[in-house]
Amino acid sequence: MTKTLPLSALHEAASARFGPFAGYSMPISYPLGVMKEHLHTRSDAGLFDISHMSHIEVEGLDSGRFIAHACPYYAGDQAIGTGRYTYMLNEKGGMIDDLIVSRLSENGYLVVANGACAEKDLAHLQSLAKDFNVSVRHRPRIFLALQGPKAAEVLLRHLPESSALTFMQVLVTDVSIFVSRSGYTGEDGFEIAIDPGADAVAFAEKLVNEPEVEWIGLGARDSLRIEAGLPLYGQDMDETVDPLTAGLAWAIPRELRSEGGYIGAKAIAERVEVGVARKRSGLTPEGKAPVRGGALLYGSDSDDASEIGVVTSGGFGPSCEHPVAIARVDRSYNIGDTVFADVRGRKLACKLQKLPFVPHKYQRGKVQ
Amino acid sequence: MSQVYYTEDHEWIRLEGDEAVVGITDYAQEQLGDIVFVELPEAGSKVAKEDPFIVVESVKAASDVYAPVSGEVIAVNEALSGEPALINSGAEGDGWLVRMKIDDVAQLENLMDADAYKASVA
Repeated sequence: MTKTLPLSALHEAASARFGPFAGYSMPISYPLGVMKEHLHTRSDAGLFDISHMSHIEVEGLDSGRFIAHACPYYAGDQAIGTGRYTYMLNEKGGMIDDLIVSRLSENGYLVVANGACAEKDLAHLQSLAKDFNVSVRHRPRIFLALQGPKAAEVLLRHLPESSALTFMQVLVTDVSIFVSRSGYTGEDGFEIAIDPGADAVAFAEKLVNEPEVEWIGLGARDSLRIEAGLPLYGQDMDETVDPLTAGLAWAIPRELRSEGGYIGAKAIAERVEVGVARKRSGLTPEGKAPVRGGALLYGSDSDDASEIGVVTSGGFGPSCEHPVAIARVDRSYNIGDTVFADVRGRKLACKLQKLPFVPHKYQRGKVQ
Repeated sequence: MSQVYYTEDHEWIRLEGDEAVVGITDYAQEQLGDIVFVELPEAGSKVAKEDPFIVVESVKAASDVYAPVSGEVIAVNEALSGEPALINSGAEGDGWLVRMKIDDVAQLENLMDADAYKASVA
């Protein structure tokens, strides 16, 4: 059964085109179209309904120790009021899901997880919780992302406290609203969670009625995040891919890469020791044809060329004005090398390129 | 006046003697969204009815276009390589895809006319 978003009526009123994603009927695009929605987010501000994402609350005396067991970082040392990109690993070092974990209080954390992984993540965390003094529960919320260079000035009008935040800081104004300066576009922006109900609907309407703001669908969300070099769980990584191969080892504190008590620590230490066969790279097709996820990569365009990698995400980058992709390639390949992507039986030349394609514009604030 | 036929797969085909011009419908371009690339067959290639013979790519996805009839591709719309968005602005005009020589005009008989097509996507 496909679920309906709590704000579905707003999207219908905005003439959204819907499609299934993560078990929900999601707005894929609006009448503006993917290209203009994408560009509008980079020039002004875009509002995304990302209520398909799962919010899991972890509370209890052991919550820090618990998160540090489930995720490879020092959760107990995480400053209250900050969020952090992390993931849950299986014993083999494969990724169960990637997450943003925010510390809301001494003993309270909020885990924001991918919608497609919601049930799996909740079951995993609840099963681990048996050995800890914590409660783990799903909290249904409306979740909005306001992204783009004008996001901050727009949000200031409605949530003045938000202006004090820098990148990856979070604000809990009261029990019903949660704001984080974060996003999935590479732009400055915010993610805002509100309990379902009339207030949430009114809040979304207020934001989208601002002159700088347009609704943005999942189509542009995908092209924006690819240009920003941000991974999508299920495409760029999954339970068979470890974070080193996925280019996400930076999220593990250095000391924990060789030794740690978290799930998957042993596998990670082994990978660090031995090295991984493949690594993540950006990929720029030289022609105009998009190279999409699943395309195999070869070292040359001859028929007997050996496979040296795979495209994990790809499409057209409206801000770049050319096709863009994220790939995994054999570790002997480097930025600037030419490889060949098999697209419908033709081998198209592509250059390995540093990520991101479009520079991040996060509001980082002062170095502490 | 030339007759235009439509397929269930959202192609149109305009008969001009024993040749025909083929494209995707305005409805189809609207569903696909912004077109960023078109892979056209080479002039001279033979296609069978319902063969996927053209790929139209939007920002979101790649979609096949099926040959509405059997025949030979005699020309392609070269303008699309520089400006694929012509399909968005004029799917049933400047955004045409290929010109074909039709093997058997009788194959057109099972296709829809404009009114029937319009009703099918309403």
